[in-house]
Amino acid sequence: MNDALGSVQSALVIGGSSDIGVATARALAGRGCRRIVLAGRDLDAMRARLPSIHDAGAAETDVVPFDALDTDSHESFVEDVFGRHHDFDVVLVAFGVLGDQAKAESDGAAAVHVAMVNYVGAMSVMVAAAKALRRQGHGVLVVLSSVAGERARRSNFVYGSSKAGIDAFAQGLADSLVGTGARVMVVRPGFVKSKMTEGEEPAPLATTPEAVAEAIVGGLGSGATTVWVPSKMRWVMSALRHLPRPVFRRLPI
Amino acid sequence: MPTDADLASVPPEGTDPEVRPSPDAANAGAGPHPTGLGAPRAGGGHHLPPGGDDVLLNGWGRTAPTRARRHVPLSADEVGAIVDAADRRGVIARGLGRSYGDAAQNAGGLVIDTDALSGVLDSDLDPTQGRGSISVAAGTSLDELMHWLVPRGWFVPVTPGTRFVTVGGAIAADIHGKNHHAEGSFCEHVTSMTLRTGDGETRILTPSGSPEEFWATAGGLGLTGVVLDATFDLIPLETAFLTVDAERAADLDDLMARMVDGDERYRYSVAWIDCLATGRSLGRGVLTRGDHAKLSDLPFHRRPQARSFKPASLFSVPGTAPPGLVNPLTVRAFNEVWFRKAPRRRRGHIESIPWFFHPLDGILDWNRLYGPRGFLQYQFVVPTAAGETVRHVIEKLSRAGTASFLGVIKRFRPGNPGPLSFPTEGWTLALDIPIGRPGLGPLLDDLDELVVEAGGRIYLAKDSRLRPELMAAMYPRLDDWREVRSKLDPAGVFRSDLSRRLGL
Repeated sequence: MNDALGSVQSALVIGGSSDIGVATARALAGRGCRRIVLAGRDLDAMRARLPSIHDAGAAETDVVPFDALDTDSHESFVEDVFGRHHDFDVVLVAFGVLGDQAKAESDGAAAVHVAMVNYVGAMSVMVAAAKALRRQGHGVLVVLSSVAGERARRSNFVYGSSKAGIDAFAQGLADSLVGTGARVMVVRPGFVKSKMTEGEEPAPLATTPEAVAEAIVGGLGSGATTVWVPSKMRWVMSALRHLPRPVFRRLPI
Repeated sequence: MPTDADLASVPPEGTDPEVRPSPDAANAGAGPHPTGLGAPRAGGGHHLPPGGDDVLLNGWGRTAPTRARRHVPLSADEVGAIVDAADRRGVIARGLGRSYGDAAQNAGGLVIDTDALSGVLDSDLDPTQGRGSISVAAGTSLDELMHWLVPRGWFVPVTPGTRFVTVGGAIAADIHGKNHHAEGSFCEHVTSMTLRTGDGETRILTPSGSPEEFWATAGGLGLTGVVLDATFDLIPLETAFLTVDAERAADLDDLMARMVDGDERYRYSVAWIDCLATGRSLGRGVLTRGDHAKLSDLPFHRRPQARSFKPASLFSVPGTAPPGLVNPLTVRAFNEVWFRKAPRRRRGHIESIPWFFHPLDGILDWNRLYGPRGFLQYQFVVPTAAGETVRHVIEKLSRAGTASFLGVIKRFRPGNPGPLSFPTEGWTLALDIPIGRPGLGPLLDDLDELVVEAGGRIYLAKDSRLRPELMAAMYPRLDDWREVRSKLDPAGVFRSDLSRRLGL
């Protein structure tokens, strides 16, 4: 159970080999989270991350297979993992792909792949997870959106549109969960230096998986519905949101 | 209601198929689920009685709300039917929700609201001998009881800082009051109780006939079963007033010395403590002690209405109270005024029962003062020899600038056989702390370590954030309790958010 100060005791990280997923697992473990389950495609990669999560303080850890594209399996995946491990105070949806923007602009299949993972896959597993949280009467569904979803940019609008979709879905889901004991927290990081962005030029206000993890822990404690990382991204984006299109298009971001 | 004073097991209620429908009719009678939130009732095998609603519940501190299905049974039979229908998310009884934390909520499961199980069942009052006892249904509140008892010249054996607790809750938390140093906790005055357990039985528990079950239930946080009714001893009164001596103490040493020196002379004793005072004034406070006033203590004009009990509520805090009202500045100002307005020394002041025991009950919904994020109460007890720990705790809080609006210190006499009953001999300090200041969690974790090192413990009925690792150190007889509990509730039907959080 989460306590009066928002500390949690159990977490399911979907996208369990992602840098942000693992960093969050470690940060939670360091704050008293005893049971952490990583879910993802690459079981060996996730197993390799378990010792560090264990050392951070989680007494009980496990890995389970999960495939974002296999949406038919999502409901039974959630039922199984909740059945085997009982309650989860936090379910973190941390998987995603950046995709190749240039390729996706001419190759429909490449664009669809980004949308299938980031939007359709995330939405599908969130529906199942929300059902489980509603049933247990408590818990936070944390979803990684992105500032890229706030306003589509010329340089990565395929990725950005998929994040815009899941962000909008998560906000609506959050409203639908009011009164159920479960809630949704949307996390909107800026550019995060991680495996996913390897080789990319860091954008201004670039952040790290560890900083995102700390922001998530902070948001769980304060009961936030939206978390920006770094927090000043919120003000930057609220300015950018109102720029005229021709100006926004020409910005080097 | 069975009245046999010894342990007696009566057959489970509702073995008649007409009373208890067959398992394959599960859910049929529960009616359509308005919000579709109900968990599939896989366990139990018995169906829920009709009625019940999905509600978000939290404790008095207004933190960590969770959703449960709440039922308001009208009879002991209905309580039994709900307990039998519980699935693996379990069931817990809830009285007036005055536990600060998550003791009376049950995420995704069932909550039995005891509101309708109230009233006096029997009484045996003998004013000539000065001995009285009363049997009441478990949902009866101490407020209702006082309205009934005080005009008749009797009083509850123990009252906490609020009248708005039920007798069932008083047993589940084994509550204490200002008279603990003299008369112990509530359950020490209970002579018998009826408990509906998870194995389908209804048991009558007495301290002599069934000590293990009785004391596992005293302070057992509702996890051994649902208390249906209880019989306990009363104390006689001549008036609805108290004679109170008040004195100011300049610092913690002074305060503790005064308490050690004079508490035996008083039935009731408590001290308010200023947790923001630092340096030489650290731990300064106001000590108030007294006893029930005799008729001859009252001024003449009050004697005709000597046992009139009419507590008034001054006002109610609106639900829109803004965050941050309780902060170091406002608390410091309040504490200064409270300390200065207290007399240096005053003897024989006449105070009413509500004013002396339940001053905060005069402000309805005062917990809203802490704003939307709520607050917690940190209450611990350490052995008499570990008075220094009290100082360290106050120092740490004071240094961190953590505002505690209400700090209360008192002495306990040795505890009772209840493995989870909180009071043990020594000093207890209770502090209300608003949620919000960063670092509060780690700070309280540090305080827990100090308390454990000193051989002390945290009051579970007020807890909302203790880590399970410390449970066994704080309650060394935890395993004894677990053993009795697994006998009374083999399937683990009784569950609460607190039991999940602490792994009970």
